Amino acid sequence: MKYIDEFRDGVVAKKIAENISLEANQARSYHLMEFCGGHTHAISRYGITDLLPTNVHMIHGPGCPVCVLPIGRVENAIQLAQIPRLILCSYGDMLRIPTANGMSLQKIKAQGADVRMIYSSADAVKIAQQNPHRQVVFLAVGFETTTPPTAVTIQQAQALGLTNFSVFCNHVLTPSAISHILQSPEVRQLGTVPLDGFIGPAHVSTIIGGQPYEYFTEEFQKPVVIAGFEPLDVMQAILMLIRQLNEGRAEVENEFTRAVLPTGNVKAQLLVAEVFELRRTFEWRGLGLVPYSALKIKSNYAEFDAEQRFQIPTLSIADNKACECGAILRGVKKPQDCKIFGTVCTPENPIGSCMVSSEGACAAHYSYGRFRDSNVSSRKANA
Amino acid sequence: MCLAIPAYVEQLLADDQAMVNLGGVHKAISLALVEDIMVGDYVIVHVGYALQKLDPLEAKQTLIMFNEMSKLADEVNKPTTK
Ligand code: SF4
Repeated sequence: MKYIDEFRDGVVAKKIAENISLEANQARSYHLMEFCGGHTHAISRYGITDLLPTNVHMIHGPGCPVCVLPIGRVENAIQLAQIPRLILCSYGDMLRIPTANGMSLQKIKAQGADVRMIYSSADAVKIAQQNPHRQVVFLAVGFETTTPPTAVTIQQAQALGLTNFSVFCNHVLTPSAISHILQSPEVRQLGTVPLDGFIGPAHVSTIIGGQPYEYFTEEFQKPVVIAGFEPLDVMQAILMLIRQLNEGRAEVENEFTRAVLPTGNVKAQLLVAEVFELRRTFEWRGLGLVPYSALKIKSNYAEFDAEQRFQIPTLSIADNKACECGAILRGVKKPQDCKIFGTVCTPENPIGSCMVSSEGACAAHYSYGRFRDSNVSSRKANA
Repeated sequence: MCLAIPAYVEQLLADDQAMVNLGGVHKAISLALVEDIMVGDYVIVHVGYALQKLDPLEAKQTLIMFNEMSKLADEVNKPTTK
């Protein structure tokens, strides 16, 4: 398939890997964070870590929308779905997230609640049109990529004069999460795992462009390379980061020029600015409260805001004490460091956030990386 | 849920929609977030919306960049003439 096969070519991957090995300075190490869950998935699925020299470390960041949604908000959604005759719609992955007591949207659906999995936010509007006598709530989640579609949906509902449609908004922002990680006391104090640079997200950047990352290069002197989702894109971005670090540069570079413009998608940005405004603070699962890191619906569109229409209490529910997601998301620990990884906590029965979606660090490692770990250790044991 | 592949625009439909081919799967998507899309373009699709058009020339450039040998590689592989 065009734009896919040629970006997955194994021969070229080896070539880029060779360049990386040649250019990575043996006298130092490189700790690079891929912010986005799509990259985490690609790195695990294509075994990119195996192609990297041992002094180049990939750290999985918090860019998985399912993983970072706080459990309190999932609980809110479950309570909403139990309002008689209400229809709650969301993207498929959301339905599986378990709460502290093992409940999930999927489970209450099995018990009779009307929870519907949708592919696109536009489907939620259609459901509202088809069910004029029932309240329809769209549980909206995600980063800058899913926010513009939600904005379109709200405007559409307004244009159609729908009175039974609202959005439970949980949209979050990438740049604020990156700065939060860089400023977090763990990363500052422990200092054991310095983050040297970032692979910038692919789809998020198609919307926001390269400019928002300039803050990190200026304020924190960390290079950022925006990369596409295919394995060769990720490898080339790693090479570009190594080159910047070797040359003492900290710039925003773009590997994904085939889809990311420096200014991003201005049409989408204007739409988002029209419908949403910043929240002063928002809880991220694994990161805690992050200032100015999420969006809420503007008062002009209050009638489509589920938080205005329904009583939605603020719930803060802590993760299991054994869960190391917070440290993993900040690059301080690895999934294997968690005592319950792969035993109590598995993709079928996720205890913490990083195990919930295939883009989470623990789930990606569970699916693709754990056998490599055991191979490595058995090889070591046999040696 | 961010995983996505470039989609080929097969047909423009009413209401700012388009029929795309995603690796053999046909789907109607929204063009509300993009401008000037034509049949034959490739777009990045996320939750049913095209987010951006792919630039074929830039894609070609990127593939060329992938194939560039590191300058260091040349130095290492340089035949020693001494
Ligand atoms: S394995 Fe589970 S409990 Fe442990 S850090 Fe990962 S998500 Fe948390």
